[in-house]
Amino acid sequence: MSFLFIEPVRILLYLVGICAFVGANAAYLVLAERKGAGRIQRRPGPNEAGYAGWLQPVADGIKLLSKQVMIPPGTDRLLFCLAPLMVMAPPLICLTVIPFGENLFARNINLGLLLVFSLGSINVMALMLGGWASRNKYAVISAARVVSQNVAYEIPMLLVVITLLMVTGTMNLNEIVQQQGGGFWHWNFFKVWVNPLMPVTFVIFFICMLAETNRAPFDMAEAESELVAGAFTEYGGMGFGVFFMAEYANIVVGCSTATVLFLGGWQSPFIILSGPVFGPLWFLAKMYALILTVIWVRWTFPRTQFYGLLNLSWKILIPISLFTLLLTGAVMKLPLLLHHLF
Amino acid sequence: MIAQPETISTGSSSRTPQETFVLNLGPQHPAAHGVLRVLMTMDGEWITKAEPIIGYIHRMHEKMGENRTWAKFLPNTSRIDYLSAMHYTHAYVGAVERAAKIEVPARAEYVRVITSELNRISSHLVWWGALLLDLGGFTPILYAFEDREKLLDLLEGLCGARLTYCYYRFGGLYNDVDDDFLNGTRKFVKEMRPRLKMYRALVTDNIILRKRMTGIGPISAEMCRKYGATGPVIRGAGVAYDVRKVEPYSVYPQFDFKIPTYPECDSMARYLVRMDEIEQSLRIIEQALDGLPAGPFMGKVPRVLKLPAGDYCYAVEAARGRFMVRIVSDGKDTPYRVKLRTPSFSNLSLYEEASRGMILPDALAMMGSLDLVIPDIDR
Repeated sequence: MSFLFIEPVRILLYLVGICAFVGANAAYLVLAERKGAGRIQRRPGPNEAGYAGWLQPVADGIKLLSKQVMIPPGTDRLLFCLAPLMVMAPPLICLTVIPFGENLFARNINLGLLLVFSLGSINVMALMLGGWASRNKYAVISAARVVSQNVAYEIPMLLVVITLLMVTGTMNLNEIVQQQGGGFWHWNFFKVWVNPLMPVTFVIFFICMLAETNRAPFDMAEAESELVAGAFTEYGGMGFGVFFMAEYANIVVGCSTATVLFLGGWQSPFIILSGPVFGPLWFLAKMYALILTVIWVRWTFPRTQFYGLLNLSWKILIPISLFTLLLTGAVMKLPLLLHHLF
Repeated sequence: MIAQPETISTGSSSRTPQETFVLNLGPQHPAAHGVLRVLMTMDGEWITKAEPIIGYIHRMHEKMGENRTWAKFLPNTSRIDYLSAMHYTHAYVGAVERAAKIEVPARAEYVRVITSELNRISSHLVWWGALLLDLGGFTPILYAFEDREKLLDLLEGLCGARLTYCYYRFGGLYNDVDDDFLNGTRKFVKEMRPRLKMYRALVTDNIILRKRMTGIGPISAEMCRKYGATGPVIRGAGVAYDVRKVEPYSVYPQFDFKIPTYPECDSMARYLVRMDEIEQSLRIIEQALDGLPAGPFMGKVPRVLKLPAGDYCYAVEAARGRFMVRIVSDGKDTPYRVKLRTPSFSNLSLYEEASRGMILPDALAMMGSLDLVIPDIDR
C-alpha cells in the first residue's frame, strides 16, 4: 500500500524537478550564452538587470510574455500553435531516463538510449511543422533545410551509438554509466583498447549533436543573414520564446547524453569524491563543460554552407563512423577468432 | 510574404505549372545592409534570376548640387558613401580645384592622402565585419570596430566629425593637423599590423570561411568591363586597375605601394584584395607621415567662387572603386550639373548576371564580397 502511495509521489516530484531543471537551464543558459559571447567579443554582455545581469532572463521572460500573441493570416492555425509544444515536449521526456546520479533518475528503463534518440528526432518534425505552417517562404526554405540536415546527421550519430552499444552491450543508461566506473581511464571516451578510434567517435557524436540541435556552425534553421529567422520568422512573443528555450533544452539533453555515453556520467574521474552527493555534481560539471563548448563554438565559427554541411556528413562522417563500427567489431571478435585458429 | 502554392496547376492550358517561386529579399533584410531590395526568382534554393531594385534611399544629391553654390554642396559629398566620406569629398574638391585652377599646398595634399587612407582602412574594417556577419560569424565585427574606433577618434580629433567629415576645402583643409593626430596615427599604424596578422590567423585561414568563399561567385574581368565594376571587384579578377596608379591624382605618385590583385575571380580573391589593401594603406600612411612637409595648409581661394564655363572631371579611388565627379559650369556661382559616378552602382549592376544559378547563401556571401553601400547606389 505504501509502495503505491510513494511511487506516484516520486514520479510527480521528478516531473516537477525536470520541468524546473529544464526551465532554469533554458533561462540561465541564455544568460550564459550572452555572457560567453560577451567574453569572446571583449564586451561585458548583459550587466544591468540585477546583480551583474542575473535578472536578465526574468526581464526577457516578462518581455516575451507581455507581447501580443500573433497568428498571421494565411497560416495553418492548428499546426502553427502545435509546433512550439512539439518542440518543447520531447527534451522533457528524454530527461526522465537520464541518470543524474547513482539513484537519481525518474525511470530506469532498459531501452533508455532508444527512448532518447527516438524522441530526440521529433525536434526536427516540430521545426518543419513550424516552418511549413507559417506559409512564409523563408520559413518553408528553412523547414526543407532542417529535414535534410537532420536526416543526414541522424545516420552518423546512430552509427556511433551502435559502436558504443557493441562495447556496452546494454541500452540502460544507468548500466552504461556503472560500466565506466573506477577512474577516467574507464570512460568510454578513453577505451582505446576496445576501439582505437574512440575519441574520434566522440568528436563525431559531438558534431552530429551540434547539427541535430541546429546550433552554429550548423544553424541552417535560423540562418538569420539568409533566412531572416528561418522557421521561426512568423513567431513572436512566447511562441518564439518556446522555440528558443527548446533549443537550450535540446542542448541539455544532447550534452547529458554525451556525458552519459562517453564521459562516465556521474562517475568521479579519480575514484575518490564519488557517492550519492558528488555523483550529480560530477554529472553536472561534465554536462556544463560540454554546453560551454557548444557556446564557444557558436561564437567563434562562421556558418557552414548548406551543401558543405551535407557533404561533411555523407562524405566524411558516415564513412568514418562506418569504419569505427567495423573496427570495433573486429577488435571485439579478434580474440575469439585467434582462439579458433590456434 | 504569403507563399502561394504556385506549383499547383489550375487545369487550364493558359497557366502552365511553375516550379519556381519569387522571394522578395528586402528592403528590410539582415543581409541587405540597408535598404536594398532583391527580387529573386528561385528554383528551390537555386536562384534563376536576382533582380536588384534600388531607389529606397534616393536623396537627389545630384539635383541638390544644381541649386546651391559650389561650397554649399561640399557637405553632401560625405553623405553619398558614408563609409568613405574622405574620398568623395576629395573628388569633388579636386574637380573644383581643377576647374578654378586653385593651387593646393603640398602639406594639404599629404594630409589628404593620410586621412583618405585612414578612411579606406576604416571602410574595409566595416566591410570585413559585415561580411563575416553575412557568413554567420558574429565575433569579428566587434574586433573590427575596436580598431575602427581608434581611427574614428583620430579623425574626430582632427575635424570634429566621426563619419561625415567634410574635412577638405577648396584649396586645402579645414584646419591643420596637430601633434596629437600625427602621434596617434603612428601609434595606430604600429598597432594595426599585429592585428592584421591575428585576423589572418583567426578568420582568413578558417576552413569554413575558405570553403564558403573559394570558387564561389566568379566575376571575370570581362564581366567587370561589361558593367564597369571597379575597385576590389576588378582587382579580384586579376586586373590591376586602381585610379591611384592609372590616373594619378594628389601626391600618390610620390609613394611606393602595390596594387594587390588576385586572378581567381572568386569571393575569396575580393576578400584577400581588401585585406592586402589595408596593409598597403598602412604603408602609404607611414610614408606620408615621414615626408609630411611644413608650410600652409590652405591655398589662395577667391572669396566668391565662380568657375569658368566648362566641363571638368576628377576621379579618385574610393574604398569601393572608382568614384568620379563631373561638374559642368556655365560661369555662375552654382553648378549647372553635378554628375556622380559611384562605384557601388556599377558593382551592383553585375549582380544579376553573376548570381544566376547560385544558391541563396552563396549569392548573399557574394553580395557581401561586393561591399555595397546602398546610399552610394541611390545617392
